Amino acid sequence: MAEELELERISEAEWLLPRSGAMRVPARVIADEETIAQLRQDTAEKREWNALRQLRDVACLPGIVGEALALPDVHPGYGFPIGGVAAFDATDGVIVVGGVGFDINCGVRLLATPLDRAALESRVDDVAKDLYNTVPAGIGPEGNLRLPLSEIDSLLQQGASYIIERGYGLAEDIEFIEENGRIDGADPGTVSAVAKQRQFRQVGTLGAGNHYLEVQEVEQILDREAAEAYGLSEGQIVISIHTGSRALGHQIGQDYLKVMEEASRKYNIPVSERELVCAPITSPEGARYLSAIACGANCAFANRQVITHLIRSVLHRVFGMSPSSVRTVYDIGHNNAKFEQHTIAGEVRRLLVHRKGSTRAFGPGCAESPAAYRDVGHPTLVGGTMGTASYVMRGTELGMTKTFGSGIHGAGRALSRKKAAKKYWGEDVQSDLANHGIILRAHSTRGIAEEAPGAYKDVEQVVEAATRSGIGRPVARLVPIIVIKG
Amino acid sequence: MVFEYVDNVADAGIRASGETLNEAFCEAARAMFNLMIDLDLVEPRRAVKISVYAKTVDLLLVEWLSRLLTEKDLTGLVFSQFSAQIEQRGEKIVLTGVARGEAFDALRHEAKTEVKGVTYAGLRVWQENGRFIAQCVVDV
Repeated sequence: MAEELELERISEAEWLLPRSGAMRVPARVIADEETIAQLRQDTAEKREWNALRQLRDVACLPGIVGEALALPDVHPGYGFPIGGVAAFDATDGVIVVGGVGFDINCGVRLLATPLDRAALESRVDDVAKDLYNTVPAGIGPEGNLRLPLSEIDSLLQQGASYIIERGYGLAEDIEFIEENGRIDGADPGTVSAVAKQRQFRQVGTLGAGNHYLEVQEVEQILDREAAEAYGLSEGQIVISIHTGSRALGHQIGQDYLKVMEEASRKYNIPVSERELVCAPITSPEGARYLSAIACGANCAFANRQVITHLIRSVLHRVFGMSPSSVRTVYDIGHNNAKFEQHTIAGEVRRLLVHRKGSTRAFGPGCAESPAAYRDVGHPTLVGGTMGTASYVMRGTELGMTKTFGSGIHGAGRALSRKKAAKKYWGEDVQSDLANHGIILRAHSTRGIAEEAPGAYKDVEQVVEAATRSGIGRPVARLVPIIVIKG
Repeated sequence: MVFEYVDNVADAGIRASGETLNEAFCEAARAMFNLMIDLDLVEPRRAVKISVYAKTVDLLLVEWLSRLLTEKDLTGLVFSQFSAQIEQRGEKIVLTGVARGEAFDALRHEAKTEVKGVTYAGLRVWQENGRFIAQCVVDV
């Protein structure tokens, strides 16, 4: 079967998997040579977890439009590759569980502060300690905000704006959240009571695994025009929040995995991998799942909003800073399926774009960007590792046609958690980071080992591949100073 | 220990075995909770009854593990000991079981990572050399 997964190089940073067998469209991989070598090796060794095979299987799904895409941070997921993008016709296409995952609308919010490094350094330990104590993180954390079930419903419908109305944020935050922090069509009736009960204790919690808070310095500006629009300057202190929809999203994923499994059989949709179970977008099952996804996405926006509020409270305590001086630069998800309009062969079409471990990256001129960012396109936030760097990038016109306006979401894992935990020791990673001037406060030392910088691909190479292919442009390089892990 | 982790880059593959199907399912539950906490540090002070069903034995594994995740969040408990009784009832395969553990304490239980969900990826339950093996990938 290996020959069916033969990649053809079509440009410096792009490879094509031509249509064959049951594939309805070709697949394209945008990556560096090292990533391609890894994909080829996984195929040659017939590895069970193979991102290229997963990409091919996605290309076989009904109603897929254009190409199945893998971006430079690609690695094997379940069903869908992580770093994957697939768009489906809104009428003939399907909604796929594996294309969204359990952590619905997991994403990153970037906050800009008026601090510079010297100002932060004067109180850096206090900031680290206060953030660690204030933002609930780790396994089984309990948030400070306990919403009764009726209010959970309002949160699911209204997303970040509901939380802001409750006093957890500023009205101006809304404009700088993807979809203004609220996806329409979120009917809380499509979300199980158990999912809502699980969320009761978890509103405003960070979680564990690869979720984090990082206080970072803008080390380098790489695109002056965009940086100016985003209000970023060299030496500025910014804060990144990486988390998602917590237990509510996890339960929605679990509940609808079962529904989609039955729907795949009911509608006779052949799936080569069980995690690709799906339903027609227009079916009752598909419509309910999409509504539940919107609820999960709104929950994630609200969650990052609560954490923003907690961070502002820390900066107020330590520096006497007013909440409005800590600005939301942007908030963008990287696990979602959303309806969008895209021009395909000169025709405007309504598509359901699945992004699993990839972000929306709309280029210049798109009406979906905040007015202040419209000329350059909205920011995309690329999480690095706790020892290296993160990037702010922006979308391009080319990306709009090539990847349905999608960009990379992070460095992408290179080692499994098992291998990382064997190779690294939490305390060693922590002292190594300290030697590089990075303060790490974590709720789990094993978690540190699994998230060691060496467990990830080189973020520089991933950003470089995205840049070379023309789908994104780097705007700013951010280096960590304080890292809070679950 | 009769469970192991199968290499999976982004998530965690669990492979558990037992002399009986019941035992394999209990070991799979232990493997999943061992990703989150140190099993040896969790005392079986409280018990939660679990009852789940599915049409096939592999889907039953997903039901069982995902219900345990739900119970963890709803009760605030983490579990280290499990018992399970699996039987065919008409067209359904039913598992009745008990999970034992105690209230989660991040420091005392040496928290590790969080399991978000139980996937269908790599999902398989089979018999090999007289032993039952239960395998799945959990999202972490």
